[in-house]
Amino acid sequence: MPVTLLVGDGPLLGQLAIQPSCYSRLVNKWYCTDYLKDRHHDLTSALGQHLQITAWSLVLGILIAFPLALLARRVPWLQGLILGTSTMIYTIPSLALFPLLVPFTGISMNTVVIGLALYALTILVRSMLAGLLGVPEEVRESATGLGYGPMRLLVRVELPLALPVIMAGLRVATVSTVALTTVGTLVSYGGLGNLIRDGVQNNFKAEILAASVLCVVLAVVLDAVIVGAQWAATPWTHRRRTA
Amino acid sequence: MRNLRDAWHYLTTGANWGGSEGMWHLLVQQLLLTVTALAAAMLIGLTLALWLGHLGRAGFLAVNVTNVGRAVPTFALLAILVTLRHPGTATLGPYGRAGLATLIALTLFALPPIFTNAYVAVREVAAPVKESATGMGMTGSQRFWRVELPLSMPLIVSGIRLALVQVWATATIAALVAGPGLGTLITEGFYRTDYPKGIAAAFVVAVVAFVLEVGSALLERAVDPNRKGTATRSGLPRDRVASGVGG
Repeated sequence: MPVTLLVGDGPLLGQLAIQPSCYSRLVNKWYCTDYLKDRHHDLTSALGQHLQITAWSLVLGILIAFPLALLARRVPWLQGLILGTSTMIYTIPSLALFPLLVPFTGISMNTVVIGLALYALTILVRSMLAGLLGVPEEVRESATGLGYGPMRLLVRVELPLALPVIMAGLRVATVSTVALTTVGTLVSYGGLGNLIRDGVQNNFKAEILAASVLCVVLAVVLDAVIVGAQWAATPWTHRRRTA
Repeated sequence: MRNLRDAWHYLTTGANWGGSEGMWHLLVQQLLLTVTALAAAMLIGLTLALWLGHLGRAGFLAVNVTNVGRAVPTFALLAILVTLRHPGTATLGPYGRAGLATLIALTLFALPPIFTNAYVAVREVAAPVKESATGMGMTGSQRFWRVELPLSMPLIVSGIRLALVQVWATATIAALVAGPGLGTLITEGFYRTDYPKGIAAAFVVAVVAFVLEVGSALLERAVDPNRKGTATRSGLPRDRVASGVGG
């Protein structure tokens, strides 16, 4: 392409004329730093939406899972029902669950958030119940003997002891929620999934790869954050080593 | 709510089930994809896992394969595979458009549960049992076929079951990247604002998922030699939950 055809004499235009950008249709590379530079607004806003959907889903999942786990522990015959129902929801493919929610929630972010919360719920109820049931009976009895009421027993004794198991469940739920959020693109709320879908439709390789990698990075980072939070929240598990 | 009623109407209209674009055809296509991918994953995953488990090597694989599999979004992997030149988007026999790319992705996603469960199952056969087998004069391969494999069967089967349900779900997502199967009706319905069609197809997909889950749970129960005596006495729902989704 001759440079003389271009109006203006900026260095940028000169470069463009000599070499088409690596994400232009002609070149269409998988890895392209120019794309990251030029379109970082697309990426950050998609990442923001992704994070928002993931966070709300997990918060909603925890808020529903916790009372269910307490209920399942108190009423043994409800345990099978709660675990069975949540497992059944878990078997519904995500691409089918979102459409089934649409008659109730419409085409909105709620559809994705509620759907993902239902998936997270299954993992969370299981780990919360396992964690609470794992608290040794003697510990519970000694706390009661010391005068702990049921609420204080739960918050001060049982939850801290169950925390490692609960956190392990939260990690699994978080990582899979980040991955599943991409499917939300079906109703146009898929965070980075929206970019992947756009990339597939337009055969835009740099966009597909950048969004996919960001997705995995987000999962890894959130996982690390939870591990860090757990470390900070359970000082008794590592105090001896640091002292 | 009108969408629900129209979806029901779509489901009960015979014309929507027949023909090459009908739900029957797509349902069979998706089942075929699922079974093929599962068979391929079993061939690769079981061979590798049982062999490594028998030798007691490469334990780090068993842990990491699952974790990595969970973090990589199905949709992203499908998108990359379809866009790659090699597997291509061409139609592949009865597997439909982008058949090969879909099959590869489905196989990859079926591998972690199959591999991990089979590996752990063989690895965790109690050491005294293995020692007595060797003490009785069994060779390595005899020990594997007569002792380790039968004892690991329940866990291996439950891994395959997890994979089956997961592959069915992944096969549905394949439609987001121009893949075959019932998912195409869901994406078409949503992209062209024909919501009842999408909701109807989603309903069929969910029902088949239930059938696969419950059917394979019953099959697992039938295969498990240790449960035959007690299965009828201990309640069915709790047993199924105990062996249910692990990841």
